[in-house]
Order: sequence, then structure tokens, then C-alpha cells
Amino acid sequence: MEHIVIIGNGISGVTTARHIRKLSDKKITIISSETDHFFSRTALMYIYMGHMKYEQTKPYEDYFWKKNRIDLKRGFVKTVNPQQKEVIFEDGDRMNYDKLVIAVGSKSNKFGWPGQDLDAVHGLYSKQDLDAIEQYAPNNNICKRAVIVGGGLIGIELAEMLSTRNIPVTFLVRENSFWNGVLPDGESQMLNRHIKNHHIDLRLGINLKEIISDKNGKARAVIIEETDEELPCDLVGLTAGVSPNVDFLKDSGIELGRGVKVNRFLETNIKDIYAIGDCAEQHEPIGNRRPIEAVWYTGRMMGETLAQTLCGNPFEYNPGHWFNSAKFFDIEYQTYGWVFANKKEHEAHFHWKHEDDTKCITVAYHKGTQEFLGINTFGIRMRHEVFDRWLTEKKEVDYVIQHLSEANFDPEFYRKFENQILNAYNQKSISV
Amino acid sequence: MSTLEKNMSLTGEAPQNLNSIQKVGTLVGMFGLFIIVLAGFNISLPNKGLWLTIALISITGGIILYAKGAYQNKLEGIKNDGVWFKSISSRGYLAWIAGIGLTGFYIVLYFFAELLGLGINGGTNTGVIALFDPLSKLLNGNPASQWFVYGTLYTVAILAFGVKFIWKYKHNRYEQSRTVSVMFFQTAFAFMIPELMARLNSDTFSLPYNDLKNMWPLNYYAFDQWRIDQFINAETIGLAFLLFGILSIFVVSPILTYKYGKRWYCSWVCGCGGLAETAGDSFRQLSDKSMSAWKIERWVVHSVLVFSVVMTTAVISTYLGYDATKYWLTKDLFLIGVALFLGLLFAVIWLFKRDELAKDARYGAIGYLVVVLSLIGIHYLSGAELFLFEASKLRSLYGFLIGSIFSGVIGTGFYPIFGNRVWCRMGCPMAAILGMQQRLFSKFRITTNGGQCISCGNCSTYCEMGIDVRAYAQKGENIVRSSCVGCGVCSAVCPRGVLKLENDTMNGRIDSNHILLGNDVDLMEYVNRN
Repeated sequence: MEHIVIIGNGISGVTTARHIRKLSDKKITIISSETDHFFSRTALMYIYMGHMKYEQTKPYEDYFWKKNRIDLKRGFVKTVNPQQKEVIFEDGDRMNYDKLVIAVGSKSNKFGWPGQDLDAVHGLYSKQDLDAIEQYAPNNNICKRAVIVGGGLIGIELAEMLSTRNIPVTFLVRENSFWNGVLPDGESQMLNRHIKNHHIDLRLGINLKEIISDKNGKARAVIIEETDEELPCDLVGLTAGVSPNVDFLKDSGIELGRGVKVNRFLETNIKDIYAIGDCAEQHEPIGNRRPIEAVWYTGRMMGETLAQTLCGNPFEYNPGHWFNSAKFFDIEYQTYGWVFANKKEHEAHFHWKHEDDTKCITVAYHKGTQEFLGINTFGIRMRHEVFDRWLTEKKEVDYVIQHLSEANFDPEFYRKFENQILNAYNQKSISV
Repeated sequence: MSTLEKNMSLTGEAPQNLNSIQKVGTLVGMFGLFIIVLAGFNISLPNKGLWLTIALISITGGIILYAKGAYQNKLEGIKNDGVWFKSISSRGYLAWIAGIGLTGFYIVLYFFAELLGLGINGGTNTGVIALFDPLSKLLNGNPASQWFVYGTLYTVAILAFGVKFIWKYKHNRYEQSRTVSVMFFQTAFAFMIPELMARLNSDTFSLPYNDLKNMWPLNYYAFDQWRIDQFINAETIGLAFLLFGILSIFVVSPILTYKYGKRWYCSWVCGCGGLAETAGDSFRQLSDKSMSAWKIERWVVHSVLVFSVVMTTAVISTYLGYDATKYWLTKDLFLIGVALFLGLLFAVIWLFKRDELAKDARYGAIGYLVVVLSLIGIHYLSGAELFLFEASKLRSLYGFLIGSIFSGVIGTGFYPIFGNRVWCRMGCPMAAILGMQQRLFSKFRITTNGGQCISCGNCSTYCEMGIDVRAYAQKGENIVRSSCVGCGVCSAVCPRGVLKLENDTMNGRIDSNHILLGNDVDLMEYVNRN
């Protein structure tokens, strides 16, 4: 029986395993050094916040794996030997594979800051990171202040986490507005205000110079590049993005860029070795996507696709319309299609913001053809299925704004804003 | 794992520390409770009316003050910080104290009311019950009973914790609307109207205590002989109430459940649901989500339903038998009617929906139908006076096991241990009937939003009915579960806007696509076709 070995028990690896099992009787082994069972990485923050226990972040009960004959192996893979078709573990153990799936995810970026490897300096990616944060920041007596470096999705999650334990947070963001490499100005600035409303000391346009150690090798302060100000702190969160966790493959002969290089079938340069999820890097970007997509949903889709290929039904990775979601403290965010912070040449935006400063939308469309290109929505839930259809049908922006209520996904009895949005849109059209 | 210890101290570490308003609220509330406890020790309080007023206002005010402290300065959003760190909401020491206290209270209430000071054989009330005499006399003209005391405290709990709940969900109008609704139905229908109606009773005219919204089979004594007799004797008004009761079961409820799902009752109207959603809200995360709990739930709740049907049929047929001249319906006609109705109901389900039933549901349904029909058959053919069991014994066994132990002692007393909907999930025969309809003949479902689920598990964690909502959401499947009471909290706590309670067409309501939205359209089509 063919043995499929998957390194990494995150959403990509587990999705692959589940779909292979649906399609075949192959022997499947999932290797992880992180946890015994699959858990939802996106829910790590809720453990620290006391919304959930670790047990509840596991999407499948523990009996699931045995019942579906998916073997779980706890261990750290030191290297892969493609000639012998084996993976070699840190403790010297070896395991043979017929097909190997690399789904090892990411690690937090460190940009060579002095002091970046001190104790109490952590990213927020793995279960181990969470345990460390719990250790260094259990409450505001032990952690009198935390400094977060890097203004993205993980940074704001970490800020929210720490603030639930009343730990003062200073949030250093290199850009002059939060996440404005991705979000248009109106949205980004609304989030700046929301972050400050949560009593976060948000510092825009500020860089980290170095992290200072106490006598025990633990971070005790950071120094700011621009002002040389020294900020005492007991935890430093490094959340300036993630990059593929592929150092262990350096000498394996598998082609690496920033991640594991793959073609559209998610195959590496070596036969029978595949890579998916955060750690996979496309030779050529697909459409407007980045060559490395470190997103839950794309990891899942690569898993779905690769399972077909491995079971004798080859499919290219050909994702549908782009979508994503996040939550910034109390404000939910969804996006469908493409809305660029720095508008492309042909791209125009319509922006509407509610007076309460927690809801807004931005609709992107083609200046010439009026084709609807994408939407960012904050504080109003919208239907994935409807926007997916409108994008496929290449609806015009007028149509989308006029039919926005069809896409509303807010709970019953919620106030509706479609009329306000339509009025704002009409006024804008007249004034242009 | 957590270095944050479960801390008994109410003023413990963030995020579970109390601010000063919460401390004052706790003090005020405890003071009110203390007055009632003092009365329980038979300490004679002068001017009972005044002290009762002070006690009830303190309890209500204390809870509301606590809620104000907890939520007024927070921005709108989900307020579950520290739920699993607090002793009371994570089965810690305070939870056990509360559980034992509540359980003890229910045991005394149901079985040893004289300990609360109930006057024996019409004697004068003492203790706690005497404390409530002034209010009882004001409302219905008579001294209080243990049920009046319970009803009053129950209403106070729903109102005060209802305010807390509305504050907590200040951003969610669905949660607020249904909470206002249960607060209204409890205060008006379960408490004020029946109490005031009792004033109308005289030597020549009397109506049973009648909570119009409390339907059979939740109200298991709805068709007891004494109630039916009182209704009949009260002529037009009584018959109207009786008719309304029957119509609610066979007409009103099926129509509303078809249109809106069982939530119209369970989380908008019902008193048990009302208490669970308000006072019990802090315990919703404690429900067991495992597959084995679901299996137990299905067998237990449907067994209670069958027990309830058999018991009620036996009780009714007994008095129709020995008091035949009093009623137009004869015992034979009644039994044949019941058998025909059940047979027909079953045939319709089998004809239209058998493919949607799980294997054990089918076996269970067939088994139960055979049992009920054969009981009726044995009785009818053998002509025995009794319904195989003595109906009155069956009735008291039901009252004891289901009415008292299950719904009260376990159902509410164990809130802090098993979660707030144990009774609704495992024991309520009404929920079982509505649930069957919700699963098979209703427009209600919880929709999942394309491929947006991130499997975080907030929905499952905060489902009070123990439904593993995530298991559906992460497959992109609608949630159509008989036990869902439509509280809407899964949708509220979802950080990605994935879940929405909806009423829509029945077509394609139960689907199980294998691929979520977002991937290659050809791949999705290929997989969904196979």
C-alpha cells in the first residue's frame, strides 16, 4: 500500500489527509513536532483570552484519527533524503515514504534586530509561542508593559490578547497607518482610531532599533529607531509577518526560494515530493496573488487540490476568486475580489463609512468598463456566495451597489445600511 | 498549562477582577439574598411587605449594577474574556458551591416545602414563604405558597439577568429582541396574568393556574382530570382556555415551527429557556459537545417524549373510563384516536422524510411506535380497567422523575456543572417534538458563509445545546439540527461572520457539499458531483 507522509499537521496537511482518505485506502502519516493533534491556529488568541481552552480548538475529536486510519507521529524532522525516500528525525528515527507532502507552515520574521533572540521575545504563530506568551505575560503584575513590533493581522491580535489582561501595550507600526500596504486609507485610518479606543499606545511610522537585555538574558526594554527612546517592557511581540519554515530542507536537494518552489500541480523539483500551504512558493504568481500565500483558506484549498492529484486525478492549483477575513478587536473584516491599497491604473474606489466609525466598505471597480473588481467590508457581514457569483458574472459597479442587500449576511434585526450606501454612491456619481 | 490560576477571590487577577461598581453590585445583591435567608431561619421580620420589597429590589438592583460595572464602559463586541479562568464559569470551586446550593434549594422546594415555612394543612405560613405573603395577597388575594415564592424569584432572575444579557450583547439586536421577549412572556404570561386571574376564583367559579404559553407536553399536567374538570365547569372562559391549549399544540405550534424553527418557543417564549438564556448565560460553554453526548441526548430526550405520551394517554383514558358520563369523548374513541393519530403522523414522516433520518433514529421511531401502539392494543383488546400500569402511579412517577428531578434539580441546579440547557437538551419532551419538526418540516436553518470558516471553535464552545457547530461550518454545510434552539450565539461569537440564522425555502436546506466555496470551480464541481 502506498505510504503518504505529510510533514505538518496544520490546515493544509490535515485537509490533504482527510481528502485522500475520502478518495482512497492509502496509508497516511501526519508528522508534527508542535502538538499531538490538529488544532486551529487561528484560535490561539482565544485560549489566552479565556474564550476557549486548547481542547476546544481541536476541530476533530481525538478518536477521529484512528477511526479514519490517519497515523499521527510526534517528532521533529531534521532533514529529508529524497534518494532513499525517507525523512530523518532529530532523534535519529527514520520513516520511509512513497509520496511526501511538505506542509510545514511559517515562522515569524526577524529582521536582524539586536536582541531579537532574547527571552521574552516572541512571535505568535505556534502553540509554543502561545505557551511562552502565557509564561511571560500571565498578568499585569509580571508583565507591566508589552511592546509589539509590526502592524499586521497577528500584531493586532496580540494587542487584543494582552489588553484582555489589562497589560499596557505599545504597538510599533513601521507604516504611517495601520496595515495600509493592504487597506485603502479610509479603512486603515478607521482602524487606527479603533485601536486607540482600546487604549493601545499605537505608534505609527516608528521602527524598532534594538531590544535590550537584563542580566539574565531576558528582554527588559526596546529602543526606538527614530527617537532613541527607551521603552521598558516585559514582553516583546515580533509580528512583522511570517516566512516559510523551510530551513531544514536546505541540503535536501529540494529547490527552495523563500519557500519550497512548486509548480501549479504543487510538485517540487523532485518527483513524489509536494509542498502546500504557507511554505509553498509558486514559480509564477497566480493572477493577482502573491507567490507565497500564508492564509488559512489557501492552505485548505491547496490541500483539497493536492489530494486529488495524489489519488490519480491530477488537478492544477487554480483557486477561485480571492477572499479573506480577519477581525480587528471588535470590527470584523471580509474581502472578496481585489481592492488594492495603492490603486492600479485602471482601478477606482467607492468608499462609504458609517458615522459611528466602526463600519465601512470600499468597492473597487474598473474606471473604463465599470466592472466590479472587489469589496472590503468592515462591520457588515456579506455573503461569500453572492460576491463570488457577481465576480464571475463580471457585474458592473452600479449593479453591485444597487443589489447590495442581497449580499447582506448580518444577523436578523440588525440595522441595514444599503440605502445610506446607495445614497452616498449616487451623490458621488452626480458630483463626478 | 495556564499559569493563570483559577482564583476563588472575586477581586482576583485580570481579566476576572471586579471593578468597584461590580463590588457594590455584589454587596447590594447579597444583602437582598441575605434578607431572604434570614427569613428562612424564621427570624421574624416586622413589616414583611417592606422587607420583601427591599430584598427583591436589592437582588434585582445588585445584578443590574454588577452588569453595569461589567459592560457599560466596554466597546460593543463579544464579551467572553476570561470565561475559562473564572471559577464560577469553568467548573471551579464557586461553580460547585453554586451548583450544590441550587440543587439543595430545588430539593427543599419540591419535596420539603415545610422547611421553607409552608403552613401545613392550611396553617399560617412562616419563614421565607411568610415573607412573600404580602405580595401574594396583593396579587391573588391568598397567602403565598412555595410555588409563589419560586415563581417570584424565577421572574426576578429572568428580568435582572435579562438586563445583564442585553447589556452584554449591546451590539446584537437579535439577542436583545429575543431577551426582551422572554422577559415579557415570563412576567406577563407565567407570572402576572395567572396570579391576577386567581382573583376571579370564587366558590362557584374557579380556573386552574394557567400559564397560556406553557404547552403540553412541557406542561405534563395539562390534561389532568382536575384541570379539565375546572375548565369544563368554568364554562365559556374555561372551555376557551382548554381549546386554546389544544389549538396551540396541534395548530399554532406547528405553523410557527414551520416558519421560524423551534426557536419561536425555546428562546423567545419558554420560561425554562428564558431562565437558561438569562441567569444561565454564564454557563453555556459547559455543555458537552462530544459525539457520545449527542447519542445519549437523542435516546434520552425521545424516551422522555414517549414516556410523556404514554403517561398522558393513560391518565386521560382512565378518567374517561370511570367518569364516562361526564365527558362527550369516550375512552375507546380517545384511544383509537391516539393510535390513529400516531400511526398517521408516523406514516407521513416515513413517506416523505425517511431518507433524512439517521439509522438509529429510524430504529428508535419504529420501536417506539410499536411500543405505544401495542400498549394501546393490549389495553383495548384485553378490556382491562387499567392501562397495563396504574395510570395514577405512572403520572406520579413522571411528575417525580421528569417534572421535579430532571427539569428542576438536575436541569437548573446543575447549571454551573453541565451547562444551562441540560433539561432542554436531554429531558424536555416539548423540545423533542418541536425538534423533530424543525429537522423535518421547517424553513429554519443556520447558514454558513461560503468558505469563510477558520475552524476556530467559538461557535461550538458557546453552543448551549452541545451542537458541534464548527463540524458543519468548516464543511460549508447548513446546520439543521433538531436540538438547535436558535439562540443565535454561535453567529454572535463567530469572528469571521460565517453563521446566520435564516428562514428560507425547504429545498436544499440539508446539503452536505464536500468542498467549500473558494477553490477551483472545476474541482468543486467534480468533487460535488461524485
